[in-house]
Amino acid sequence: MSFHPNDIARRTRLSSVGILVLFVILLSAFFRTQVLQHETFVQQSLENRLREIPLPAPRGIIYDRKGQIIAENLPAYSVSITAPSLDSLRSSLKALQPTLQLTDTDISKAVRRYRRAPTRPTVILPDASIDVISVLEEHRLDYPRLIIQSVPKRFYPDGPLVASFVGYTGEITETELNLPQFEGYKPGQTIGKGGLEKQYEPVLHGREGQRFDEVDARGRPVRGVGPRPDRDPVGAPPLHTNIDLDLQKFTASVFGDSLRGGAIALEPRTGAVLALYSAPSFDPNRFTGGIPEDYWKQLNTDPWRPLFNKVIQGTYPPASTWKLATATIGLQNKVVTMDTRMPIACSGGMQYGRRYFRCWEKRGHGYQTLAGAIEKSCDVYFYQLGLRIGLSRLVGGGIDLEFGERSGIDLPNEYKPRFPTRDVRAYYDRRYGPRGWTAGANSLNLSIGQGENSQTVVNMAKFFTALATDGASAKPELVKRSPEREQILNLTPQQLARLREALAGVVSARGTAGGSRIEGLVIAGKTGTAQNSENPEVDHAWFVGFAPAANPTILVAVFLEFGDHGWLAARVASKIIGYYTKAVPVELPTTETE
Amino acid sequence: MMRRIVADYPLVVTALLLSIFGVAMVYSAGVTDTPTAVARVYKSQIVWLVLGMVGAYGISRSSVRFIEWVTIPAYFFSLVLLALTLVIGSGAGTAASTKSWLAVGGVRIGQPSELAKITVVLMLAHILAGRREPPKSLMDLWKPALAVAVPWVIIMLQPDLGTGIVFIGIFFGMLYWSGVSWPLLLLLASPVVSLILSFSTGLWGAWFLVLLALVIYYRPYLVEGIVLMVANIATGVVANILWEKLEPYQQNRLKVFLDPSADARASGYHVIQSKIAIGSGGFTGKGYTLGTQKRLAFLPEQHTDFIFAVVGEEVGFIGVTIALTLFLILFLRITQVSGRANDSFSSLVAFGLMASWFVHVLVNVGMTLNLMPITGIPLPFFSYGGSFMLACWLAIGILMRISGEGRGKAAFKTS
Repeated sequence: MSFHPNDIARRTRLSSVGILVLFVILLSAFFRTQVLQHETFVQQSLENRLREIPLPAPRGIIYDRKGQIIAENLPAYSVSITAPSLDSLRSSLKALQPTLQLTDTDISKAVRRYRRAPTRPTVILPDASIDVISVLEEHRLDYPRLIIQSVPKRFYPDGPLVASFVGYTGEITETELNLPQFEGYKPGQTIGKGGLEKQYEPVLHGREGQRFDEVDARGRPVRGVGPRPDRDPVGAPPLHTNIDLDLQKFTASVFGDSLRGGAIALEPRTGAVLALYSAPSFDPNRFTGGIPEDYWKQLNTDPWRPLFNKVIQGTYPPASTWKLATATIGLQNKVVTMDTRMPIACSGGMQYGRRYFRCWEKRGHGYQTLAGAIEKSCDVYFYQLGLRIGLSRLVGGGIDLEFGERSGIDLPNEYKPRFPTRDVRAYYDRRYGPRGWTAGANSLNLSIGQGENSQTVVNMAKFFTALATDGASAKPELVKRSPEREQILNLTPQQLARLREALAGVVSARGTAGGSRIEGLVIAGKTGTAQNSENPEVDHAWFVGFAPAANPTILVAVFLEFGDHGWLAARVASKIIGYYTKAVPVELPTTETE
Repeated sequence: MMRRIVADYPLVVTALLLSIFGVAMVYSAGVTDTPTAVARVYKSQIVWLVLGMVGAYGISRSSVRFIEWVTIPAYFFSLVLLALTLVIGSGAGTAASTKSWLAVGGVRIGQPSELAKITVVLMLAHILAGRREPPKSLMDLWKPALAVAVPWVIIMLQPDLGTGIVFIGIFFGMLYWSGVSWPLLLLLASPVVSLILSFSTGLWGAWFLVLLALVIYYRPYLVEGIVLMVANIATGVVANILWEKLEPYQQNRLKVFLDPSADARASGYHVIQSKIAIGSGGFTGKGYTLGTQKRLAFLPEQHTDFIFAVVGEEVGFIGVTIALTLFLILFLRITQVSGRANDSFSSLVAFGLMASWFVHVLVNVGMTLNLMPITGIPLPFFSYGGSFMLACWLAIGILMRISGEGRGKAAFKTS
């Protein structure tokens, strides 16, 4: 052995230096982890132990114009679970299945929710019954990862009566999550899916809050971390609408179960929508917290299409209601005055080219002035007026009267009306081929609201707001704000007054809607009976009108699918007008006069 | 004239401080939000500490000659116990499938490998001290190699990779201390290097060329040279076969060492959570018993293999520095003790015990930061474990005796 003192001393020195060097390396590694990378690891440690539990914010309450509640939030209980893995979730669901009475659909929905957001608690039952909750509370210790939360649940006290404009809510879908307008939204959140709920989603959606639970390595909550006021959910402000809930309910009751179609009532001067109803309706409360499959199926297979909004989505030939547009265009182009008679008297129809164009009244109307033709809705008069105006002026005039655009009502998914473009030749060539059409026959059709013209109920109502007032149309608005009006009628006050007079004549003993008169109230309006492509035997019925004629406070547009004749629609409208004007008699004098 | 022995205070006080620090951490390791059996283990740790200190005192009252006299019987006794584990052994902790524990009727008595660590040091010292000059060739090394190889093979059969590594550390450390030259140590270690490098053919080829140059330079006996090169080629070839033979958990541990995220839910989980615990502890720590990683059970084996992560989390970089400094003082002191030991046996024993602990600390502490693979080596004076605590203090007793009999500076003893 080499144990000479010098060798020993050398090896002692070398060993000591070696040990020292390795310790310094070790210590510097700790310095790097604990001091330099401290923040990173603190973050990871927090992520480890704190589980974020979202606290849904209540949606904004929707009120009608008198402060009555259209949509509110009720307390409900949701059951969710935190799961470290998909397998763990599956086995937990299996264990909970008998207690929670979970269906296979519930389970597959929960699995899908977990896949989308594994770090958020997975919702099992969005709206659990009190019975289920009380059973779960008893077994709370058996399921430490279960979260039972009181959550706000959307409720519409008048359900189907308001569904047409208020829409409904539902869980955000994967597709929606990818859309730019839903940036910042998280899976499992509730959003507006239709109507006002969808249109005003950014306003109605509150700010979700968070609670933090400290969990152990197996995901079992150990304790709450304490309230964080800055993370409390913030409810959305209320939404005040122009809707008159009483009138809305009355409108719905007029339709009842037998009539199908749509009606809109608004203030002609402001465009404020008082009522909007599409029949048949649906129950938006059943959509809350996931729509039952059978109900969804029923809604989609119903031939009366409850989810299809007849006021803003249905486009129908406006028929005789559009004669006011023809008259206006004729007056504006000075091809006619209110007292002009046409050369051919109505004998129940007229020959044009090789075709015979009928008037709806087989017995004929004889010679008529424009005012008389409006009252009687004489087709033969308007055929001749249409020919005088000519197709391109008729189309151009219609576009100026905004028949080619949506009304702009503050609801989602309004359909665009069908109307020719200003380049008439190109439009008709595209539709029928260069030799498939003539300007004359199309003028005749357009002049009585048939042919290449399909309008929504809301768009016709908007046009009539101009007739009812000083010639400016008001954009229909559900939510209170300053009215948007646009002067579309280029008529003198005298001409407007004569037109209104003629419209009042419609709802008189002389007119087509004489049966809808109301004692002591002059209603001005126009009926329409539209040919129906689905069933040529039964026509669609229209009525657009306002009252009182001289100083209107309400304008109503009614459309009845398979309503057979316009006067039926007029009956519905007159009931709505009667209810409204009697309901608010004191307000009449305060409205502004021209 | 018989010298009056006075205790080596720096040695004992350092060991005592480490033990107190360790017991405090074992207590803290039991403070979890969901109470477990770990909450009570600090009590038995204290009992073993006291037992160990009594044993150390006893040994320090004996003599080095007595220790040398019991070396051979003790060595063979520990071999028998080790062999017994293969028959009636059981596992525990992270290595539940292994057989490192000696159990009778289901009750685990202790880990014979802890005793073997000491007896192998004694045996090696006995063999190496008997030589007139340091081993000059590989042939000269057959005796010490065999003394280590027999217990090593048994331990690898248990299998207990960690203890196996400790034995290799002891072997090389003591050969170095006995004066074996660097090139010879390197040649001896070459098959192991081949084993590790064989996973990359290019690296292994380069290493082989370096080795060839070394052999030509060092000029060993012809047979030796051939055996060495054959051994290197053989280990390189069998490495893959050996890899297949490893238990899946061992394979995972080695893979995870290279990339903890490779198995983030299972094996890698330990390392990731340990690093989070240490890193989030920061400079001053989260406070004694207040470590969240530990409390909420994110940290695995918090009272045994990963106890140093609890140190890092709860008492921060300051606590880590204190603990490592205490270890450093202890190791430097023992190196001094072996430097001024009375005879070569004492000197080798002291250095061997130090080498054993040094490997423990390096591998265990390095493992908590993923600087070393997870091999299940406990941390001396810290990790919970009765036989280990006892063995550590018995070793302190031996070191006290050697220090007391040593020559040189009389700072801590009178003559």
